[in-house]
Amino acid sequence: MKNRRPRRRSALIRPLAIVLALFVLGLTYAALQPATQSMADGSKDQIAAGKALFTQNCSSCHGLNGEGTSQAPSLIGVGSAAVDFQVGTGRMPMANQGQQAPRKAGTYTSDETAQLAAYVASLGTGTSTPDSGQYNPAGLTDEEIARGGELFRSNCSACHNFEGAGGALPEGVSAPSLQGVEAIHIWEAMRTGPGQMPVFGQNTITDEDARAIIGYLTSVEAEPSGGLSLGGIGPVSEGFWGFIIGIGGLSLFAVWIAAKGARAK
Amino acid sequence: MAKPAATSADAPVLDDLRPPAPSPGRGAAKPLRWLDDRLGLARVGRAGLRKVFPDHWSFLLGEIALYSFIVLLLTGVFLTIWFKPSMAEVEYQGSYQLLRGIPMSEAYMSTLDISFDVRGGLLVRQVHHWAAILFVAAAAVHMLRVFFTGAFRKPREINWLIGIGLFSMATVEGFAGYSLPDDLLSGTGLRFVDGLIRSIPLIGTWAEFFVFGGEFPGTLVIPRLYMVHILLVPGLLLGLIAAHIGLVTYHKHTQYPGPGRTNGNVVGYPLFPVYMAKAGGFFFIVFGVTVLMGATMQINPVWMYGPYNPSQVTAGSQPDWYMGWVEGAIRIIPNWEWHVGGTTWSWQIFLPGVGLMGLLFTGLALYPFVEAWITGDRREHHILDRPRNAPTRTALGVAGITCYGLFWLAGGNDILATHFHLSLNAITVFMRVAVFVGPVLAFLATRRICLSLQRRDAERVLHGAESGVIVRDPQGGYSEAHEPISQEEGFTLTQHDQPLPLEESPATDERGVRRRGAGVTGFRARLSRWFLGTRIPKPTRGEIEAAHEHAGQIEAAHEPDAAASDHRDDAVDARP
Repeated sequence: MKNRRPRRRSALIRPLAIVLALFVLGLTYAALQPATQSMADGSKDQIAAGKALFTQNCSSCHGLNGEGTSQAPSLIGVGSAAVDFQVGTGRMPMANQGQQAPRKAGTYTSDETAQLAAYVASLGTGTSTPDSGQYNPAGLTDEEIARGGELFRSNCSACHNFEGAGGALPEGVSAPSLQGVEAIHIWEAMRTGPGQMPVFGQNTITDEDARAIIGYLTSVEAEPSGGLSLGGIGPVSEGFWGFIIGIGGLSLFAVWIAAKGARAK
Repeated sequence: MAKPAATSADAPVLDDLRPPAPSPGRGAAKPLRWLDDRLGLARVGRAGLRKVFPDHWSFLLGEIALYSFIVLLLTGVFLTIWFKPSMAEVEYQGSYQLLRGIPMSEAYMSTLDISFDVRGGLLVRQVHHWAAILFVAAAAVHMLRVFFTGAFRKPREINWLIGIGLFSMATVEGFAGYSLPDDLLSGTGLRFVDGLIRSIPLIGTWAEFFVFGGEFPGTLVIPRLYMVHILLVPGLLLGLIAAHIGLVTYHKHTQYPGPGRTNGNVVGYPLFPVYMAKAGGFFFIVFGVTVLMGATMQINPVWMYGPYNPSQVTAGSQPDWYMGWVEGAIRIIPNWEWHVGGTTWSWQIFLPGVGLMGLLFTGLALYPFVEAWITGDRREHHILDRPRNAPTRTALGVAGITCYGLFWLAGGNDILATHFHLSLNAITVFMRVAVFVGPVLAFLATRRICLSLQRRDAERVLHGAESGVIVRDPQGGYSEAHEPISQEEGFTLTQHDQPLPLEESPATDERGVRRRGAGVTGFRARLSRWFLGTRIPKPTRGEIEAAHEHAGQIEAAHEPDAAASDHRDDAVDARP
């Protein structure tokens, strides 16, 4: 008899306690969410302008609310960095459906890109566009840039080639050339992992390392080469031009020599 | 006391040691005479300098190889002064800031120093590498020339074998040089060869430990390859080149068919002064072209690749061209691997790597003997074949080139994929089929083309050359006038012989006793028919005379007024 009342009370309290705990947890999470909050990315006006642009140009594939369709992935939670990369490099909007959207001249001004990015960021939390200090390689020492080269060779050159000229991936996809790509877009690609590219998060490549890699790539582009670089794709083009210019050219000389001067018929 | 050796009065005088009567030398003749008295070069020179060489541009392909080898020796000496073949780890502090502070091997650092800190170092490095590309390429093209013209036939089989040896040695030499700088690309190439060695069944692992002195990469392989690259293989190359050229001198050079050229003579100009000038000039042209290439075209930018680190690999990792076909074979082969007990049998590396290379070099080496066996041809040949007149051989050669070329393309499959927007997987699947089907198609097409060319030759001999003049006859029909070809050209087009295929020997001799030993088996006879059976019979004397008579009649019929005898030479032929 004595034991029945407490037992009945606990049967009521347990579910209530679980609900309360979930509520507290939700509140705590909302309070402690990472600083890269999507809402912080843009003003209300920007988001509204971005939504207008989105509805007009992107929604046919990505859905009216960015929820994705059979044509294109959901954009909820991709963050503004991904938008800035895809739109800023001209990959989006796509000219036509294909294995891979190529880099091309962008369709939007940087303001419009920012508006789109703000809108997509408002759909869900994701990686935000970086501050200049996170990607700008200015002020790196020679040693830091050299370390960036080492990081590039360890993490990137397997797909992007030793001087960032790009390389092939299976099924018609390729790792694009990094030559002439803006520093901010390289940073964003590392963080968001577009296409087949893996995501290189803060724990793998810190912002410091990212800056060093970007610094290396910019410096390598500025280096003078030992003559025509022949595409910068290694021995294949060297062998090709060796045959064309070397053997081809010398054969022409041979024809000339055999035809000139005293000649046996 | 020792007795003086008995001399016989009639002992033959073996050599006349008395000095020749001194001739009054003047000016330059005096020191030359002094030298000749001591070295006796005049006698060698008299024969050598008057040696006759025939003229043809394709005979200069081998010279490209020879001269680029000389360029390699010259630039190589320069590079050895600065290169340090050591795998000791150092920290780079040189003038290329993008690698400053990076740990690397001494070999790599000294290559960077040659490129950036030694005056003219980068130029010489690039000239050396371009000359290496050219050396192997010219050797290959020269070998193809020899193959397609049948210059490997008796008595030159041994020189062909020496050539194969040279080609394989050149490949080894090139690979060793490619590996020396110890950059990321050369280290990756070395890793590739490490895999090839390991894939050899049973002894692979031991062979790897033998070559690398333990696990890959170790610290021994660069010094060892350096010895191979600057001493062992160049020595072998030099010796083989000397033998190669010595045999050319001994056999005398082959020549293309033409009027006045027989199996018993060489028509051309003497070494001195004509070929001395031509060959000497060509050396400077080859040197000039390699220097121009080294100065204007970047090759093997080791500073871009970075130091070798076994954990890294870069897109676009390929060997130099002469190993590209092996690379291609390995890229496209399905993943055939056995695991038996605790052992691994890597057929996907062994077959395309060791197997294909063995097949190529063995096939090339055996070819002259196989062809001689198939044709039963034991004669000496100093007149070259026009490739169309040996259609099966030409077709075999083109099939070989096609197979090699497809493997080659497969070796650059990633470059093909990125530059022609193709799928890497599609290229792989296509190549797996194409390396088998392509050579067969190439064989059939080439043989047909050869036969068509033979037919064209025969028609040219019988009907003459197209004049480009269209004649309208009184009935209003049009025909093109043909001009007879010169007698010289007619000779060149008909001089070749068309050997008959071997007949199978009867199983029994005339007494009905079973034959033993030598004789032509049915298999050999069938091979011989396959090899020699397809050809267009060349015009006979009778046919040519009939054709000329026919041409005369037509001319007389069409232009009765102009049939004067002095126009007979320009007889035109209306096609029937």
